[in-house]
Amino acid sequence: METPLTQHISFDRPCYNLRDYEKNGGYQALRKALSLSPENITNIVQASDLKGRGGAGFNTGMKWSFVPMNGHHPVKYLIANADEMEPGTFKDRMLMEGNPHQLIEGMIISAFAIQANISYIFLRWAYKKAGRLLKHAMDEAYAAGYLGKNILGTGYNLEMYLHTGVGRYICGEETALLNALEGKRATPRAKPPFPQVSGLFGKPTIVNNVETLCNIPHIINNGPEWFKSLGKGNDAGTKIYGVSGRVRKPGLWELPMGVSMRELIEDCAGGMANGYAFRGALPGGASTDFLVQEHMDIKLDYKSVAAAGSRLGTGTMIVLDDHTCPVGFVHNLEHFFAQESCGWCTPCREGLPWTEKILLSMERGEGRPEDLQLLEMHTRYLGPGNTFCALAPGAMEPLQSALKYFREDFEKHIDQKKCPWR
Amino acid sequence: MIAQETLTPEEMEEIDHEIALVPVRRAAAIEALKIVQQHRGWISDDSLHAIAGYLEMSPEELDSVATFYNLVFRKPVGRNVILLCDSISCYVMGYEKIYGQLRERLGISFGQTTSDGRFTLLPNACLGTCDHAPALMINNELFRDVTANDLDEILDRYH
Repeated sequence: METPLTQHISFDRPCYNLRDYEKNGGYQALRKALSLSPENITNIVQASDLKGRGGAGFNTGMKWSFVPMNGHHPVKYLIANADEMEPGTFKDRMLMEGNPHQLIEGMIISAFAIQANISYIFLRWAYKKAGRLLKHAMDEAYAAGYLGKNILGTGYNLEMYLHTGVGRYICGEETALLNALEGKRATPRAKPPFPQVSGLFGKPTIVNNVETLCNIPHIINNGPEWFKSLGKGNDAGTKIYGVSGRVRKPGLWELPMGVSMRELIEDCAGGMANGYAFRGALPGGASTDFLVQEHMDIKLDYKSVAAAGSRLGTGTMIVLDDHTCPVGFVHNLEHFFAQESCGWCTPCREGLPWTEKILLSMERGEGRPEDLQLLEMHTRYLGPGNTFCALAPGAMEPLQSALKYFREDFEKHIDQKKCPWR
Repeated sequence: MIAQETLTPEEMEEIDHEIALVPVRRAAAIEALKIVQQHRGWISDDSLHAIAGYLEMSPEELDSVATFYNLVFRKPVGRNVILLCDSISCYVMGYEKIYGQLRERLGISFGQTTSDGRFTLLPNACLGTCDHAPALMINNELFRDVTANDLDEILDRYH
């Protein structure tokens, strides 16, 4: 089984410096890419069917293809979205701490493909170790001529900056991220215009997730057909999957796209911890719908998870066990979303705190039978199409599916006038 | 009236470095807030006015940015800031026990500072180390797989 993304990652030793990375084939993809035309690279990435690993799952090459390449745009930007803040998600930290040069190489190739001369890594403040390692790797890349002016004698120039955020979930939304980079409040922007045409400081901009960018060197080295052959299900490539919660061995694994939830939980994570039983899981971070026992054998790829009523999201799963109250679990999530709402549009600003308050009242034994209808009303009012960005609809995903799969637990809170778990 | 405070030459030099990287002066707002907070521990009204003046923006505009972000401190904080992850994986793995222990040990709740100014305790969204929950950070250091028994030893490292 091939594991291109993690083949050079081991936490038993320091991460590769530039020399180690080069010795193991590092920056060969960049040399190859610089000999191709930018359009050719975009076509290869589009043909590989690489989809954005930040959660949205949009074809990466297609996203790049919307950037104007007519020579009328002297300033363009490429941004690595390293603001990993989706609760339960910890994969990009591993990629950056494990092999920072892989991300930098992927960024240089991607920037070349859209002919951007300025790039940023938008890193969340909490990732101190990743920040130190990336800074060091960037310095090495500059010194070796992989960054800066006239890269490897090709005439191509690229500057790279590390920007550390000051903490706000919404910064992960790509247009909010652009506002944060411009020194503003991180409220999302109206689309269109899309960032590919008018992004950072009004210039064409591509924002890609860290894991997405880390795939680029391997696709350039091995070709789109190889990448497609890595997937087991409906999608191409490998994926960094993760499991947290009451399992025996929580962790991260690089697996073919499309492994089943059963393989992930039972084989990789060692099954449930002693004394705990599985009740459900959010397959890809806090803003995805619950999957339950009946979904154990579905393939964890974008299409199959969507068919089961959820989203692959970030591919890092949070397990709900039988010792944890589902209402308390969802209350924790809605507290997070209410706090992290940017407040720009009304359904999200008003609806999320209301949702949080209802769930808290249930936890305190003050829930009323009509509260279930109120919660259901919120899942519609805050659903897709009613808000400026995906935060509120995402917040409704675990709630609406909890109301469906764990309804009797909500009812018990109301009937017994207390949380049965406390 | 708010007393006029100015930025130190060192702060101005660091902010100038950030201004040089962006097309408009005010785009360095977040970096400038980070720089001044690094030097002074927090952003007072006086500091805010000084930064706003330097970036040629109104204090109100800069305050709207400063108050938006979780880690720009608009109130004084203790010498050490504890950020306890209260997100979902840490919830499942029992961060509430750690919180209870911290409250008992330090005599403060979220948002408060010990009377000796040693610790400020804040909740924090997912720290991205969910396979090692529960987790917390103190200043720039990450602690994982934290148990109630570890806390005394961890806290003793900070003065």
